[in-house]
Amino acid sequence: MSEKVLMKGNEAIAEAAIVAGCRHYFGYPITPQTEIAAYMAKKMPKIGGTFLQAESEIAAINMVYGVSSAGLRVMTSSSSPGVSLKGEGLSYLAGADLPALIVNVQRGGPGLGGIQPSQSDYFQATRGGGHGDYHMIVLAPSSVQEMAELTVKGFELADQYRMTAMILADGTMGQMMEPVALDDLKVAPMPAKPWATTGTGMKRPHNIVNSLFLKPEELEKTNFERYERYAKIQATEARAEEYRMEDAEIAVAAFGIAARVSKNAVDEARKMGIKAGLIRPITLWPFPNEVFRKAAGHVKAMISVELSMGQMIEDVRLASECRVPVTLCNRAGGMIPTPEQVLEAIVAAAKGGC
Amino acid sequence: MIVFQKPKALTDAPFHYCPGCTHGIIHRLVAEVIDELGIEGKTIGIAPVGCSVMAYDYFNCDMIEAAHGRAPAVATGVKRANPENIVFTYQGDGDLASIGMAETVHSAARNENITVIFINNAIYGMTGGQMAPTSLPGQVTQTSPYGRDVKACGYPIRVCEMLSELEGPEYLERVTVNSVANVRKAKKAIKKAFQNQIDGKGFSLIEVISSCPTNWGMTPQAALKWIDEKMIPYYPLGVYKDRSAKKEEEAK
Repeated sequence: MSEKVLMKGNEAIAEAAIVAGCRHYFGYPITPQTEIAAYMAKKMPKIGGTFLQAESEIAAINMVYGVSSAGLRVMTSSSSPGVSLKGEGLSYLAGADLPALIVNVQRGGPGLGGIQPSQSDYFQATRGGGHGDYHMIVLAPSSVQEMAELTVKGFELADQYRMTAMILADGTMGQMMEPVALDDLKVAPMPAKPWATTGTGMKRPHNIVNSLFLKPEELEKTNFERYERYAKIQATEARAEEYRMEDAEIAVAAFGIAARVSKNAVDEARKMGIKAGLIRPITLWPFPNEVFRKAAGHVKAMISVELSMGQMIEDVRLASECRVPVTLCNRAGGMIPTPEQVLEAIVAAAKGGC
Repeated sequence: MIVFQKPKALTDAPFHYCPGCTHGIIHRLVAEVIDELGIEGKTIGIAPVGCSVMAYDYFNCDMIEAAHGRAPAVATGVKRANPENIVFTYQGDGDLASIGMAETVHSAARNENITVIFINNAIYGMTGGQMAPTSLPGQVTQTSPYGRDVKACGYPIRVCEMLSELEGPEYLERVTVNSVANVRKAKKAIKKAFQNQIDGKGFSLIEVISSCPTNWGMTPQAALKWIDEKMIPYYPLGVYKDRSAKKEEEAK
């Protein structure tokens, strides 16, 4: 059996990135993700890697763009306001089909907001975050172990599909400590990157990393090609955990810390004789539509539990094709719903009080 | 005997630059230097947003197109990933001295081991001639139709002078290409900027005072004359920092 170590979620991400072969990290200080940068600052120089505190989030994401162009695994991390600044770079990475891992340890917004946990960057993450038609793969860990596992998975998916993957965590996930089994992390070999700009060596025509296409026919073609890739990802990579859903009449939808709280509420509801279950999306993009579509066939109602004013609820409604009522159970601005609050919502839904 | 030929580091793609624009000369100088140093196979060029956005089509080495102003950050990533690569950025005044000023200053402060070719023609060319951070006081542009009013828009930025106050950068020189003699001097400076990187000396920036006949509303000849009469008095040519030379001098 592998050895478990007690770690903060942020540290688990950093260590897992190193395990995944990432040797270049660029960041800018912001709460509540700072432990990632601190961990990298300590570790990277010891293993021949690069830790660089950039002058801004914008510079950091563009340094990521440079390393990714050179064909290496690279990451940056930030929290909500900092991720907004990275939006430009995220769009350019998408336009140039460059892989990279971005971590958003969310805090309350909008604006400078607060430093307490939030899930209110769901729209920003799942819709792309910057300008233009594109998506990122968005992974939502719900334990410190998953912070590590999904970090490795994020690098692998990013390389496989030549796009950015984002770990969408929140302040609680980043700060809380849990035992982690890092020895269990398996890393697939990095695919060849013949497109990388590493120098022609006078042996091949020059590679160009670029997102500019002045002829609209050509730009349209790149968009259609990218969306063919996205369709494949939607068909094969969507993941969700289903908990007590087999005979459920009330389905609670929640990710990250909200799913931890909701699981307790589901158990309490079961004790009261209410057939409640939980659907926990692990990939927020692609959204696990099929799981929700199927659930809509046998539940009476769904509840979206979120640390926001209701963002994922839109995807829950779309995925369940509006066949059942979907209500929102939420806190915002850095507050977290309690199991009691979720239980109340379940009881209300069971009574048909939607 | 071959007296003159197109450098090998340039592709056969025809330049899209306007007649009389000096981008063509500067592209050639950079390519000649790459040829002479024998570094094409390991060189990565970073194109900006602006008139030279399509520089990636013109150089035979591997090329990256960066977001507006971010070329030095992208170059930092490329160089840190593969330090054996020779990495250069090619940026205009809007890109380098306005939207990308933070990236410029901080890559210089870090003495990032890269080469920056900075084209200063005192105007935004690609978007049709708007006021640049380097437009001269009183200069008429599309967005300063009554002439640059320094009371409202401040003064043009002298990049070499400003960066020379930093401890970081290795080499800063301002040149121009409005005469044969000046073209030769510019090439010498560009070569030094690449040689510095090969020698691991750090950040070198060559500011090239350039012309934009189209948006200045002049003939190519008049534009070259305007460089002498208006640009150079505000932007004096010369070496603004040469840390290695200074060290050698101090050692004597």
